[in-house]
Amino acid sequence: MKRDERVKSASVLAVASRPKNKGVVIIAVALMGLGLGYGLAHLMAGYIAYWGVVEGPFWLTLRVAVPATLIAGVAGIAAGYALAKSHFPGRDLLETVGSLPIILPPTVIGYYLLETLSPGTQFGGFLTRVVGHTLVYNVAGCIVAATIAAFPFCMRASRAAIEGVDSSFEQAARTMGLPDWRVALQVTIPLARRGIAAGLTIGCARALGEYGATLMVGGDINGKTRTLSLAILDSFTTPERNTMLLILVLMAVTAMIGVGLLGRSRS
Amino acid sequence: MSALEVAVTRKIGDFELDTSFTVDSGISVLFGPSGAGKSLTLSLIAGLIRPDTGTIVINGVVVTDCARREFVSTQERRVGMVFQDGLLLPHRSVLDNVALAVRQAGGRRARRDIARSWLELVGAEELAGRRPGSLSGGQRQRVALARSLAGEPAIVLMDEPLTALDSAVRREMRSLIRGVITSTGIAAVLVTHDLQEAEELADVVIDYADGRVLGQRTVTHPTRLEGPRESAAGSEEE
Repeated sequence: MKRDERVKSASVLAVASRPKNKGVVIIAVALMGLGLGYGLAHLMAGYIAYWGVVEGPFWLTLRVAVPATLIAGVAGIAAGYALAKSHFPGRDLLETVGSLPIILPPTVIGYYLLETLSPGTQFGGFLTRVVGHTLVYNVAGCIVAATIAAFPFCMRASRAAIEGVDSSFEQAARTMGLPDWRVALQVTIPLARRGIAAGLTIGCARALGEYGATLMVGGDINGKTRTLSLAILDSFTTPERNTMLLILVLMAVTAMIGVGLLGRSRS
Repeated sequence: MSALEVAVTRKIGDFELDTSFTVDSGISVLFGPSGAGKSLTLSLIAGLIRPDTGTIVINGVVVTDCARREFVSTQERRVGMVFQDGLLLPHRSVLDNVALAVRQAGGRRARRDIARSWLELVGAEELAGRRPGSLSGGQRQRVALARSLAGEPAIVLMDEPLTALDSAVRREMRSLIRGVITSTGIAAVLVTHDLQEAEELADVVIDYADGRVLGQRTVTHPTRLEGPRESAAGSEEE
């Protein structure tokens, strides 16, 4: 600390400690405490009120994101394995089509899905008959949209991770008599698990936050297809808007600190 | 009937392997300088690489016949293999590594019991619960040897299994390999470029150079250590 700064801070302490300024400090601290208390109380009240608004969407989001991640995960690992390990007709097509959801705007994906899944189309009509109800404007439609959004991340990460596995281990496993499917399940995929897990995590995050395609396929119906991402936008028109903003900022900061701590503990 | 009959050619870039030999019981050592095609020969026998021409017969069963387009997969060849660096699966315990190679029908527990008995044979039973990453080089190769035998193969292929080990452990492993192969009666083909190793381990030495077999000679051992347990007793904790 420089000399001037030391003098300055010493003088501030000296002023604060003088008997005639004590009252000012107490009032300042009390005001700050009141402000903080009021802020926290407001936040809690807002949070409780806001929870009432988002509780339904929160559980719906889990109902959508969990199966979407599972389906996209299994399909993504299978597609990633096929891309990494074999050359088959349509391989490039699979890679291109599988990566499209990253490149295309979500609303375009939503439009395609709406066109494909609508009961009026041949495929959509067939699906409607098989499932027993229409997929659009339904939770099932939201799951399809989230699955498609998550799939490319699962596929690409799995492919990269599987390609990174030392093939000598797979050869060793073959000399042990393991058939190829067991080599894949018991050797290759376990050895690639870190990369695959990273892809699934990103895929899950994408499924949780899916917005555009879900809006088009699900229709943002309150209590039926309004996921958390849709509810956040909707709440901009409510009086809890500022509280919600604060909560979102706090959640983002908490998530960043969490990720930072996790990274530090691993390193 | 010979344990192994090899007569194949394989071209990789400028290198051309053209080899032909027959192996009976005991240890046959493919000896020669690096780049002579010894390891490539093992890969061809194991079915990890296909030859361009020729045939490979293991225990009377034709596993490769290029003229007839016959190629038995690695899994169905009943070969065990020990690699230079062990290649134990790092995400599995030592016991699981060996149990995975057990081909005998039965439940998981039965396969694990069989795996334990193989680990015992090579003196590595106390390592059963450990992960390969925590083993020393010698311990790793002991486990790799147990794993190669656990499938009760017709033939065991060893690709420079002792190269990465220091001289004391190497001596210990030589007597272990010798003892285990003698006691199990499984034929083995071992690759090395170390003359001392070749002569100590081999019943037959097959000399290699530039992708060709130069000759085949029988080795006699008047004072050879036998018995796996004898060698396994030596401590080698690191």
